[in-house]
Amino acid sequence: MTMLPRPEDRSGRKLGLVIDLDTCVGCHACVIACKGWNDQAYGAPLSDSDPYGDAPSGSFLNRVHSYEVAPDPQAGPGPPSGPPPDLRGGQTPTRHVHFPKSCLHCDDAPCVPVCPTGASYKRAEDGIVLVNEDACIGCGLCAWACPYGAREMDPSAGVMKKCTLCVDRIYNETLPEEDREPACVRTCPAKARHFGDLGDPGSAVSQLVEDRGGVALMPELGAAPVNRYLPPRERDTWAGETDVLAPWLEPVAEEPQGFLGWLDRTLGKL
Amino acid sequence: MSPDPQIELSPKIADEVRKTTCYMCACRCGIDVHLKDGRVRYIDGNRDHPINKGVLCAKGAAGIMQVTSPARLRAPLRRTGPRGSGQFEEITWDEALETAVSWLRPLRDAAPEKLAFFTGRDQSQSVTGWWAQQFGTPNFASHGGFCSVNMAAAGIYTLGGSFWEFGTPDWEHAKLLMIFGVAEDHDSNPIKLGLARLKERGAKVVSVNPVRSGYAAISDEWVGITPGTDGLFILSLVHELLRAGRIDLEFLGRFSNAPVLIDSDPRSPTHGQFLRDERGKELVIDRRTGKAAPWDGEGVEPDLRGRLRRAGVTHVTVMHHIAERYLSAEYAPEKVAQRCGIPPEQIRHVAAALARAAFDEPVVLDRPWTDFRGKRHDTMPGRPVAMHAMRGISAHANGFQTCRALHLLQTLLGAVETPGSFRFKPPYPKPASAHPRPHYRHTPGQPLDGPHLGYPLGPEDLALAEDGSPARIDKAFSWENPLSAHGLMHMVISNAHAGDPYPIDTLFLYMANMAWNSSMNTRGTIRMLTDADEDGNYVIPRVIVSDAYSSEMVAHADLVLPDTTYLERHDCISLLDRPISEPGAAADAIRWPVIEPDRNVRAFQSVLLDLGARLGLPGMTDADGSPTYSDYADYIVNHERKPGIGPLAGWRTGTNGIGHGRGTPNAAQLDHYIAAGGFFTAHIPDEAAYYKPWNRAYQDWAMGFGLLDAPSPALIQLWSEPLRRFQHAAEGHGDRQPPDHLRGRIKATFDPLPIWYAPLSDAFEDPAEYPIHAITQRPMAMYHSWGSQNAWLRQIHGQHPMYLPTYWWERLGLSDGDWIRVISSHAEITVPAAHMAALNKDTIWTWNAIGKRKGTWALSEGAPEATKGFLLNHLIHELLPPRGDGHRWANSDPITGQAAWFDLRVRLERSVPPKESLPVFGPVASPVGRGKDRRP
Repeated sequence: MTMLPRPEDRSGRKLGLVIDLDTCVGCHACVIACKGWNDQAYGAPLSDSDPYGDAPSGSFLNRVHSYEVAPDPQAGPGPPSGPPPDLRGGQTPTRHVHFPKSCLHCDDAPCVPVCPTGASYKRAEDGIVLVNEDACIGCGLCAWACPYGAREMDPSAGVMKKCTLCVDRIYNETLPEEDREPACVRTCPAKARHFGDLGDPGSAVSQLVEDRGGVALMPELGAAPVNRYLPPRERDTWAGETDVLAPWLEPVAEEPQGFLGWLDRTLGKL
Repeated sequence: MSPDPQIELSPKIADEVRKTTCYMCACRCGIDVHLKDGRVRYIDGNRDHPINKGVLCAKGAAGIMQVTSPARLRAPLRRTGPRGSGQFEEITWDEALETAVSWLRPLRDAAPEKLAFFTGRDQSQSVTGWWAQQFGTPNFASHGGFCSVNMAAAGIYTLGGSFWEFGTPDWEHAKLLMIFGVAEDHDSNPIKLGLARLKERGAKVVSVNPVRSGYAAISDEWVGITPGTDGLFILSLVHELLRAGRIDLEFLGRFSNAPVLIDSDPRSPTHGQFLRDERGKELVIDRRTGKAAPWDGEGVEPDLRGRLRRAGVTHVTVMHHIAERYLSAEYAPEKVAQRCGIPPEQIRHVAAALARAAFDEPVVLDRPWTDFRGKRHDTMPGRPVAMHAMRGISAHANGFQTCRALHLLQTLLGAVETPGSFRFKPPYPKPASAHPRPHYRHTPGQPLDGPHLGYPLGPEDLALAEDGSPARIDKAFSWENPLSAHGLMHMVISNAHAGDPYPIDTLFLYMANMAWNSSMNTRGTIRMLTDADEDGNYVIPRVIVSDAYSSEMVAHADLVLPDTTYLERHDCISLLDRPISEPGAAADAIRWPVIEPDRNVRAFQSVLLDLGARLGLPGMTDADGSPTYSDYADYIVNHERKPGIGPLAGWRTGTNGIGHGRGTPNAAQLDHYIAAGGFFTAHIPDEAAYYKPWNRAYQDWAMGFGLLDAPSPALIQLWSEPLRRFQHAAEGHGDRQPPDHLRGRIKATFDPLPIWYAPLSDAFEDPAEYPIHAITQRPMAMYHSWGSQNAWLRQIHGQHPMYLPTYWWERLGLSDGDWIRVISSHAEITVPAAHMAALNKDTIWTWNAIGKRKGTWALSEGAPEATKGFLLNHLIHELLPPRGDGHRWANSDPITGQAAWFDLRVRLERSVPPKESLPVFGPVASPVGRGKDRRP
C-alpha cells in the first residue's frame, strides 16, 4: 500500500487544470497535443496497437466526450426557448456539451493507496499524481480505483499511463518560459484550458473558478479533485427577452411608400 | 514514507526547432517542428504566426503521423492491371516524366484542350494555373466549384471579397457574431481563437445551423434552420430591419450603390442598368446640388432618395428597389417560418438583437481618415455585428443568391469593413471589375491568351466556342453557369466521359480524390473512369495523378507522380494566390523541407516545372532549351509575374537594398523567411486599417505595396449589374443569346437584387416522397480523406453513424445499434444510425469522408472506415433526375455551377443490419502494402 503525502508534508500548491465547458468546441486538439508530447516525453511512449487495422486502439491521457443535455422537464415552464413543438418534432431544444477528461490530480486520490508497489504516487511539492513506471507492474488496480476512469493501460509497455500535467514541460528549463505549461493548454484553440495553482486563492485560475462558478467533478465521490470545470453559460435566452427586444423592431413603415416617406423625413434631419 | 522518485524535469526533446507551415488542412497555420537526431519528434503551433498565434488543432498536432504514414507513395508508378485495380509497377522518374511528355507533347502540338488539368486541395494555384496557361489548354481549375465558390463569388461580386482568406470578423470589437452553417471548414484555428475572444469579451454568438455541434454547441443562441432556406431567413431579417428603419443610412449612402440611379422603365432598352455619364461613371443625385453627379466625384453627397427623369425614362435609386422588394409581405416572419423550420418569434428575436447590437452600442475608433471622395472623417464609427459563413449556405443551388442576401444584410447594418463587423484581409478588397475575365482561346503550340479563371461582367465574357458551345470541358463560363469563377471540377469526369462538349485525351489530377469522396455519384464516377469503348480503349484515354498518398484516385491512375509530404517540400502561400493575411496586415508564408524525403518522391510543383521544361513551355525553358528553374524553390524566388511582383512579397530587392512588396528577386529570400519563422507580415497603417474599399490611405498603401495597380475604390454592389446583364440577355436583348431552354432559368435566378428560390432539385423530385434533408459536417479532427491514414486521428473518427433527429428516430422506432436505409432519387445506402436531439426536425447528418475503399490508404480491408464507414456521395448525382424535357440539368447552382451537395433529400427505412455498410465496393490492390501492427 502506498501513502498519500501527509498534510504536513504538502506544500499547499495544487497544480491543476481549469476547463471551460462554455468555450470547448470539442475539437480534440488537446487530445492530440497530449498524445504527441507524451509519446516522446515522460515514461514509455503512448503506443497504438493495430494502428492501421481493424480495431485501432492506443493509450491517451486525455479524451473528449460529448453529451447532449436535455432541458429539465421538472424545471417548470420558464421562457420558451427555441422552436415551438410543431417545428422541432415535439422536442424542446437540447444542448450539446463537450467534456474533456483527464486525471484530476485529486487531493485524496484513490488511485494512490491501492497501488501495491508504490508506483502510483502524489507529489508533495505540487500535488501532481504520477506513476513511476519503473515500479509499475501493470496490475490495473489504480485504474479500478479511479472514480473518473482517467487512467489507461498502455497496450505495448504494459504500464499504467495517466496525465502528468506535463511535469516534464512545466519545469523544463530547455523550453522557453512561456511554453512551460501542459501541452493541452498551450495548444487549445478555443482557450478553454487553463493551468495553474488551485491551492493559491489569488492565482489566475482560482480567480477564474471564483468568477465563473467553477465546479469539482462529482465531489460526492470523495476524491477531492483539484481540477475544476467552468459550467456552460445560459443559452437560448433571447426567447425570454421579448420585452427588451421588441422595441428594436417598432415599425416605421409597413409598405414601400411609407418607408420612402420615413427615409425622406429621416434624411431631412441628417 | 519514502521520498518521491527522482524524475527528469528538463528533458531536452529537440536539437532544433524548424518553423514552417502546416498542411493538415487548408488553414495554413505556423508550426514549430521539433527535431531530434534528424527525426520529427513533436509539432506544436508557432506563437508568432498571424494565423494561429501558437495554438494548433488536432490535425496539426497529428502531422507527425502523416509524415510517417504507411500510405505514403514511395516511387513513380505505372499501371499494370486494369484501371482501378490498384496494380502498378514502380518506375524511375525519368521513365515517368518521359511517359508524361510522350502523352502531352502531341496534345500541345495539335489540340491542347485535350489536356484537362485540375487540382484539388492545391495551395499553389498560382503556379499550377500558370503552367496550364503556358501549356495552352483552356481546361484548368482547382476544386472551388465543388467547395465554396458561391461564397467566394458572391463576396467578390458584392463586397469585393468574402470570408476566410478574403476577410474575417472583427474579433476585437464585435458584440454579436452570426455564424451560418460552419462546422469546421476553413480558418479552423482562427475561428476558435475568435470565438474564445468573443466569449472573453462578453459578446454573443448566434449559430444558424441545422446541427447543434461544434461552434453551434457553444453559441448563445441556436437557430436550427432547415437546409437550403438560409436565404429566406436572411431576407426575412432584412424585411424586419427595413420595416423598423433599423438600417445605417449614412453607410448605405456613402459606401454602397444604394443611391445609384437605375433605369426603372421596363420598356427601356437599358432597363435595370445603371444610369451613367459619358465617361461610364454610375450616377447618383448629389444632395448638395440636387443634380446628378458621378458616384465617386470629389465631395459628392449621394442621396438615397434620388430620382431622375432623363430622355423620358424614369430612374430611381437602388434603395428604392430594395424597399419595394423586401418590404413585401412574402418575407414576413410568419410567411417564411414553416419553410425555414424556425418560429416567427425567433426570426424577430434575431432581427431585434442585430438591431440592438448595431445601433445601441456602436463602436467608434478615434482615428481620423479620408474617404475616396476627399471627405475627411474625424472617427471610424462601426456597427459591432459580424457574420461568418462558408459551405453550409453556399453548397446549394440557391447558394450564390443566399450569400448575396447575407452581404445585403451586412450592408444594411453598416457592418462591412467598419469596426466590430467584417474586415477584409489584403489583397482584398478587390471588386469583380478589378479581377481578370476568363481566358479560353487556345492555339496549338501556343500559351493560352491569359489566365483561365476570372469574373465575367456580362455575356461578352463567357467562354464560348464560335458555335456558342462551351469552350471548356467543365462548361465553366457557359450559359449553364456563367459566373463559375472557380471552374467545375465535379463535372470534368462526367463531361469527359460523355464527350460533351468534346472528348479529351489526358486527365491530369493533383491532390483530388475524385474516385471517392470528392465526387458526386461516386459509383458512376468510378464507372466513367474505367469505362472502355467497343475497341477496348478507355473512354477517358489517359489519367495522370499526383498525390503523396495511396488514395482511391491513385488507384485509378495510369501514371502516378508521387508527391512529398508537407514537411519535405518548398511551397509559397502567396499574395498572388491564397495568402495568410490578417485584416491589419498583408502576410505570406513558405514551407521548406524541414526533413528530407526517405523515398523516391518529388515535390509536385518541381515535377511540373521539370515537365514544363521538357515540353519546352515558354517561361519554363531558356533560349538554349535548358530549364529556367531548377526546382520550385528556384521558381518561388526568381519568378516574376509582373516586373517587381513575385510569389513572395517579403525581402525582395528594392532600390535601396532589401525591400518588401515590389522589388527584384533576392537570391537569399527563402533564408530570410526561414530566419523569420516561415512567414512575412507587412502592417497596414492604423488610419488605413478599416473602411479599406473607400479609404484613401489604404488604397495608396495597397498600391505602393504592389497589391493594386491603381487606387480602386468600389461601392458595395447591392444591385449587381453583371447579373442584370445576363438576365437582360435572357429577356432577348443583345447579340450573345442563351439557348432557349436556359432562358427562363436565367431570367428567374439572375436577379440583380438578392432573392431566394427553392433548391432546384425540388422541381425534379417530389419533396413529399423525400421529406428529409441529409448533410455532412467536417469533423474538427479530420480533413477530407487524409485523416484516415493517421494512426491518431482515426482513433477519434474511425467510425461514424448517421445522426437522426428525435422526430424521425421515434417515427422509425429505432433503438441503439439499429441500421437504416437512406434512399435518394438516385441511389441508396445502408448505414448505422444514432440519435441526436439537437437537430433540425427534418435533417439527418453524418461526418464527411470517413468511409474508405478497401485496400486504400494502407488500411486493412477490415478497417472500420472500409466496413462501417460510408459516403453520402453515393446518394448525390451530378445531374438532376430526368424530367422528360429532353435535357439533363446539372445539380449545381445555375449562376456559378457550385455543386449543390446540401440540396440532397432522402427518405429513410429501418434495415436489418448488413455485415457491412452498403453499397460494398470490391478491394483494390495497395501499391504500398498495409500499415504495420505497431506504430513505429
